[in-house]
Amino acid sequence: MSKKVLVLGEIRDGVLRNVSFEAIAAGKKVAQGGEVVGVLIGESISGLADQLIHYGADRVATVEHEKLAQYTSDGYSQALLAVADRENPDAIIFGHTALGKDLSPKIASRLQAGLISDATALEEEDGEMIFTRPIYSGKAFEKKKVSEGILLASVRPNNIAPLEKDESRTGDIYPVNTDIKDIRTVIQEVVRKTAEGVDLSEAKVIVAGGRGVKSEDGFKPLQELADVLGGAVGASRGACDADYCDYSLQIGQTGKVVTPDLYIACGISGAIQHLAGMSNSKIIVAINKDPEASIFGVADYGIVGDLFEVVPMLTEEFKKLKVASS
Amino acid sequence: MNIYVLLKRTFDTEEKISVANGQIQEDGAEFIINPYDEYAVEEAIQIRDEKGGEVTVVSVGSEEAEKQLRTALAMGADKAVLINTEDDVENGDQYTTAKILAEFLKDKKADLIIAGNVAIDGGSGQVGPRVADQLGIPYVTTITDIKIEGESVHIVRDVEGDSEKIETSLPLLVTAQQGLNDPRYPSLPGIMKAKKKPLEELELDDLDLDEDDVEAKTETIDVFLPPKKEAGRVLEGDLSDQVKELVNLLHNEAKVI
Repeated sequence: MSKKVLVLGEIRDGVLRNVSFEAIAAGKKVAQGGEVVGVLIGESISGLADQLIHYGADRVATVEHEKLAQYTSDGYSQALLAVADRENPDAIIFGHTALGKDLSPKIASRLQAGLISDATALEEEDGEMIFTRPIYSGKAFEKKKVSEGILLASVRPNNIAPLEKDESRTGDIYPVNTDIKDIRTVIQEVVRKTAEGVDLSEAKVIVAGGRGVKSEDGFKPLQELADVLGGAVGASRGACDADYCDYSLQIGQTGKVVTPDLYIACGISGAIQHLAGMSNSKIIVAINKDPEASIFGVADYGIVGDLFEVVPMLTEEFKKLKVASS
Repeated sequence: MNIYVLLKRTFDTEEKISVANGQIQEDGAEFIINPYDEYAVEEAIQIRDEKGGEVTVVSVGSEEAEKQLRTALAMGADKAVLINTEDDVENGDQYTTAKILAEFLKDKKADLIIAGNVAIDGGSGQVGPRVADQLGIPYVTTITDIKIEGESVHIVRDVEGDSEKIETSLPLLVTAQQGLNDPRYPSLPGIMKAKKKPLEELELDDLDLDEDDVEAKTETIDVFLPPKKEAGRVLEGDLSDQVKELVNLLHNEAKVI
């Protein structure tokens, strides 16, 4: 049965995040031939609505208000619920990002609904949508469905392929006017710590360091390699606990769970709690002095050697490759 | 300050997971306080020590969670409450747990509720915000710092590596991110004292709820392990040749670069 699905688009630094297009692709599946309505929330965002349509949305609802310039759960929930009230959807799809994680449970609570968080795949079975999601940080997976009422789900970045962009697609873009009031959490300041804006959860390439990097400075060659590959730098718990880097870089069962196309583990032994956070990456490269390190057990390719020798050499080789292919 | 901590008993992070008949096998596994909830317990104790008041830890689960609640008491919490759903709830979800907790908390006049930002088993991170919404109080997730001055609260929140500085007020629910503090280990005197601290056990009946009120909105159909990754190739030869070969493999074989 065809369904009407709302998909929340997410804007960061004035551009739509990739996960929004991935969420539209998920929304299309859930709609089963029905309608996908994109939702954009912000201060001045309607100029981005076309893109949601190019990636598969049939229509887009925009909610613009000065109090929506920054994300707050109070502001965004009022805006999204105003759209839901008007559209009366069968499902709402979010990206499983900091924003989606913060907002979706509140919407679920408001709608007394079930919410399937952090889905990595979905399929239709006898007219029902079955979602696959990691549990125990990816040590296992579960298949889940919403048994009654409106279906809410958030999709993990980098896992569901977006539809091909089609700039000839058109659709209605319409504003939803609603008063935004009672924002109880006020953002005073945003302090940027992430370099170059490549976010770990969305990065296609991650270069991660463990105890083997030995110091804060030891992360420099890793950053250089990540820069050449357009990737982000991550770390194991060991490196974070030793104060070589900020906890925000930590990958593992505590920390972030990532699934990039390429994960390069440098000087990481491969504790179970770290493997949980990265072993579902598409391709894993391990660089470690210790040939017995358990990271080699999950790696597709391994080099036994000193990361301080290997990583700069890799950076140089990738630079050559870049020159050759450009 | 009347502080409540929401706590979940979870598998130890060093445990391997095994599955039989579509269910996670718990036999012989080690259990711990969910690591993010441990930050919550620690923060609650620190705030109480500074501002006075009382810390109550609450868990929804089975009899076995008593051990983790006792550990929180040994760390320094004052009271514990176990809402035992073993007999009443067969397949709960986040809706179930949030509903039970909100029902329990609604007349407790909590100034501050602290939870972990996510449990390392289910990993959905829903219960905290859902509880706050049902209680009609604001929430801030993934916090790395909190300072309370009178009714106003200054928070630093982690947003995918960046930090947001947030102003809000009590009553409030926050969820703990790594970096908030270093949880203490229970001391021996702490463990002795914990044995005598009150641990109340409740069931759905005591909250005027029945099974239908908390029936899950979602259903788990299957649980399975990811396909075993075959160990890959460890390259050989001269280091510079290995590096060249690796770049070649990533470009031409794996096609990820």
